[in-house]
Amino acid sequence: MIPASFEYQAPKTLDEALRLVERHGDEAKLLAGGHSLLPLMKLRLATPRYVIDIGHLRGMSYIREENGQIAIGALTTHTEIEQSALLASKCPLLPETAAQIGDVQVRNRGTIGGSLAHADPGADYPAAILALDAEIIAANTSGTRTIPARDFFVDMLTTQLHPGEILTQIRIAPRRAQSGAAYEKLHQPASGFAIVGVAANVLLGEGGKTIEQAAIGITGLSARAFRAEAVERALSGKHISEKVIEDASRNGAEGVEPLSDLHASGEYRREMARVFTRRAVARAIVAARGDA
Amino acid sequence: MEIQLRVNGKPQQSSVEPRLLLVHYLRDVLGLTGTHIGCETSICGACTVLLDGQAVKSCTLLAVQATGGEITTIEGLASNAQKGSGNGAAGNGALHAVQEGFWEKHGLQCGYCTPGMILAAVDLLQRKKNPNEREIRTALSGNLCRCTGYQHIVEAVQYAAKKMSARKPLKMAASSGRTP
Ligand SMILES: Cc1cc2nc3c(=O)[nH]c(=O)nc-3n(C[C@H](O)[C@H](O)[C@H](O)COP(=O)(O)OP(=O)(O)OC[C@H]3O[C@@H](n4cnc5c(N)ncnc54)[C@H](O)[C@@H]3O)c2cc1C
Ligand code: FES
Ligand code: FES
Repeated sequence: MIPASFEYQAPKTLDEALRLVERHGDEAKLLAGGHSLLPLMKLRLATPRYVIDIGHLRGMSYIREENGQIAIGALTTHTEIEQSALLASKCPLLPETAAQIGDVQVRNRGTIGGSLAHADPGADYPAAILALDAEIIAANTSGTRTIPARDFFVDMLTTQLHPGEILTQIRIAPRRAQSGAAYEKLHQPASGFAIVGVAANVLLGEGGKTIEQAAIGITGLSARAFRAEAVERALSGKHISEKVIEDASRNGAEGVEPLSDLHASGEYRREMARVFTRRAVARAIVAARGDA
Repeated sequence: MEIQLRVNGKPQQSSVEPRLLLVHYLRDVLGLTGTHIGCETSICGACTVLLDGQAVKSCTLLAVQATGGEITTIEGLASNAQKGSGNGAAGNGALHAVQEGFWEKHGLQCGYCTPGMILAAVDLLQRKKNPNEREIRTALSGNLCRCTGYQHIVEAVQYAAKKMSARKPLKMAASSGRTP
């Protein structure tokens, strides 16, 4: 289990890294935490000619407030997100999600940028990023652009990132009063990846009796993480009751082709999408009321 | 490619192939075979070492990624092991509280998982002084043991937590209360 030979480059700045990815194109792979890329390289499923290690660019690892938003650097580790006091108060969904990724050792190395760019169908952050309507910032040698989370995930291991681009930052609006969120996950016992993971983010009406808005991100169920719009429609504007939540959760897998593999059949995943959507929505409502 | 790092307190400089995994660097280049290789697929945790104080799986890191870093392996944990020769063999000093816990509470049988378990437990106790059982089990979930059934491992970590937090009040003269 030794990777094939490659040429290793460790740029000192983001600009230098951008020039390298532009120059080497398809022959190069960025290395962040390495906890998706190195397993693939050890199995020789990935054999890049150049490995461009951005892991030492500590300036890309931060969590801070910027113009009323929370900005997270792409190289921020899962552990840093899990332990962030700023996120705990302004966006608790993200630390809650980070804490459910893999194990301590994986969280100490893996980065949020690497997880989003890799777009594993069982990765956890995509569900949360979708439910939070986050923005993803990508840079290349000519500038930066902003990609809404909704448009970011294209297919299995495929995102909107173009060749030559580096994901630099994730931006999230801080949580509003009367809103609450939760991430509920059925994990694959060996690796920890999500068989199904559901992030729910709800905004309640005055008095906490109705749901004004709901944003539901689902991962694991299909080739790409997606917004469960049918669930959102079934919840928005409704008076909160167990029946409303139960009925809405039945739409979790609407319009998607569930994955089927040795860990779970498509039918089982579909059923788990219902169960975990119900749990996530119910807990998000509890969180939102706790605030009132 | 030249790398420079500190391993168990001792500076190391080596010329390595970029594809060399950290675990192979520690075992084959430095001869520190206390770090074990189990699954080679990032699951079992037998290869766990501390990199800048954090538990990491050394089978899922390139040696070049550790450049500039500080590594602690099981050989570097006992109190004066760090002053010993490069392979840590001269470390005949007092065991680290977690090592002592594994000894006292029978936290091992075959010992294959033990170095990784101990370093993952050290990471936990640095972050959390008095973890409860659930927190210990969660923190060690990246480390598999095929022998013990984990119960004695949990007790070993509890023993170490107690011992480590009992040391503090000694320094703080009058305070007799336990640290929260
Ligand atoms: C045992 C194990 C269990 C795991 N369990 C889970 C789990 O339960 N849930 C979960 O979500 N994940 C899990 N993971 C995956 C883990 O979270 C990875 O760390 C993460 O998916 C990738 O982040 P990384 O920084 O390690 O990326 P790397 O492996 O370094 O990179 C991954 C890919 O993204 C590209 N890339 C990296 N950074 C950027 C960037 N800034 N811009 C553009 N492209 C970039 C790389 O070129 C590469 O193709 C697990 C991994 C392991 C080994
Ligand atoms: S050998 Fe590294 S995790 Fe098993
Ligand atoms: S003691 Fe044998 S594997 Fe843990």
